[in-house]
Amino acid sequence: MPDQLIYAMEVTLNGLMAGVLYALVALGFVLIFKASGIFNYAQGVMALFAAMTLVGIMNGQVPFSHLINAIFGTHIHYFGWQVPALLAILLTVVVMVILAWMVQQFIMRHLVGQEPIILFMATIGLAYLLEGVADLMWGSEIKTLDVGLPQGINLWIDETTYGIFGYGFFIDNLDIVATIIAALLVAGLVAFAQFTKQGRAMRAVADDHQAALSVGISLNFIWVLVWSVAGFVALVAGIMWGTKSGVQFSLSLIALKALPVLMLGGFTSIPGAIVGGLIIGVGEKLFEFALGPALGGATENWFAYVLALIFLVFRPQGLFGEKIIERV
Amino acid sequence: MLDATEGYTTADGRKIGGVVMEMKNITLRFGGVVAIKDISFDIREGEIRAIIGPNGAGKSSMLNVISGFYIPQEGEVWFRGEKRPPVKPYEVARQGIARTFQNIALFEGMTVLDNVMTGRLTQMKAPIWAQAFWKGQAEREEVENREIAEKVIDFLEIQHIRKTPVSRLPYGLKKRVELARALAAEPKLLLLDEPMAGMNVEEKEDMSRFILDVNDEFGTTIALIEHDMGVVMDLSDRVVVMDYGKKIGDGTPDEVRNNQEVIDAYLGVAHD
Ligand SMILES: Nc1ncnc2c1ncn2[C@@H]1O[C@H](COP(=O)(O)OP(=O)(O)O)[C@@H](O)[C@H]1O
Ligand SMILES: [Mg+2]
Repeated sequence: MPDQLIYAMEVTLNGLMAGVLYALVALGFVLIFKASGIFNYAQGVMALFAAMTLVGIMNGQVPFSHLINAIFGTHIHYFGWQVPALLAILLTVVVMVILAWMVQQFIMRHLVGQEPIILFMATIGLAYLLEGVADLMWGSEIKTLDVGLPQGINLWIDETTYGIFGYGFFIDNLDIVATIIAALLVAGLVAFAQFTKQGRAMRAVADDHQAALSVGISLNFIWVLVWSVAGFVALVAGIMWGTKSGVQFSLSLIALKALPVLMLGGFTSIPGAIVGGLIIGVGEKLFEFALGPALGGATENWFAYVLALIFLVFRPQGLFGEKIIERV
Repeated sequence: MLDATEGYTTADGRKIGGVVMEMKNITLRFGGVVAIKDISFDIREGEIRAIIGPNGAGKSSMLNVISGFYIPQEGEVWFRGEKRPPVKPYEVARQGIARTFQNIALFEGMTVLDNVMTGRLTQMKAPIWAQAFWKGQAEREEVENREIAEKVIDFLEIQHIRKTPVSRLPYGLKKRVELARALAAEPKLLLLDEPMAGMNVEEKEDMSRFILDVNDEFGTTIALIEHDMGVVMDLSDRVVVMDYGKKIGDGTPDEVRNNQEVIDAYLGVAHD
């Protein structure tokens, strides 16, 4: 087999793994958008907030310690204990549910029936508010996150591919774990939506609010639920990304990578978010591999957006969205 | 029977019970528009109660008040002998009041069966973890709900489209699916907003038959809206007539038919 083809295979595999993360973030968007028509600009910041909260809890950090010390003249920063990763993750889930409840109770509830652009603006406000709160709670310095996920080159793949091609593929264990967890998460979400009462109610609300009310579904409850699930997805994405590149502000920018994924997959389709994420992940890596050197490199910065733009022109409803036909 | 007051026997010999739902001096305004003006009437157990009136009379508004979609500015709603505080529509549904909409509100992306199954949501009590593992109560509930949904589907003769996505159905069948979803909740009170609007003659006859059968077989109390007077007269036991937000008649179809104010409203006599 020619070397170029073998390298391309390795690049494709790595692209798939990166795509899984894009898909995960896009999934958070789709969940909220389907159920409430809100494009949640704060999804990325939610991932950042979740990751910061997780690190803070694991390290036994006192939340709002800067604020407390400033007001009371104290010097507390840490409780002096370490919380095991699994327990800390559970506690962070609880925090994300409380956050979901607060977002619904104090913001979104008052905006029911408003124009989509107003809801969108509200989530921009929410993004900055949440970012500020996250800094205030846990401090703004860069943190490392280690919940015990395996990292580094997967030797088995390295050796096996070396045996076959005479060239060992470099695949990160973290990427493999991320892919498996993301797959489980998606399977879990689908099962939840299909087979539980709450999941059915969620689908019903996504489809028609009036009808949902008439069969006894509380929209408010479902919206809290949806924001909670989106918060959970954000936490998973935050753990993956945070483990890989540290917990810092740039984590919230992964939301921007989800945008082209959504344009490709459609804003209302869960399979769309997954396939869209994979296409962009693989696409940008392969493109950089094949044409990057000729185009001066760093094509990964813009490839996804240009691909999404081309898609928008030819299929504005996305891969899986239904065709929109204007009635005249 | 929750109300002490005596019922009555209909011309065709059905026993009608006490008052299930009572509207007392309801007034509903939208800004300057008075959609309902100081209207009182009751609905009795087991009867088919019609609300008729020309377009814009306030019929849908009244149904929306009963089902909690609109909160009236004045007046009281009494349900099963108790005064009802201002409630949300989903709470009304959970109290056993199911409804359909004038402009059809179905879950377009779901199949007919899934739509009908949503009618059972109020009856599902099993906790989420039991549902996740498909155990005990959750399993029994699901099986039972499925049976009831299938029974309703058979009853309304829509077996052939069970697995069809609702968005692909013609208008007349959609109306029927919406009725099926409401029936699946096994409601104590069924509210139908113009169930026959926009249908052809044959579809109208089918729908009339279904409404009568539901009332007859399950004893369901039904309140229905129509603007076509003829259709309602054969169907209902008692009729409220509305015009410009006011109640202008209330009684048996015969009484209403001979009411001068009602005749004027329907013949379009100028209002003064
Ligand atoms: N949500 C609403 N907002 C404003 N006006 C409304 C609303 N619903 C009904 N109306 C007004 O109330 C009046 C009665 O309407 P409706 O109850 O739909 O009449 P009907 O069902 O008898 O045709 C109309 O003037 C209508 O415009
Ligand atoms: Mg109407």
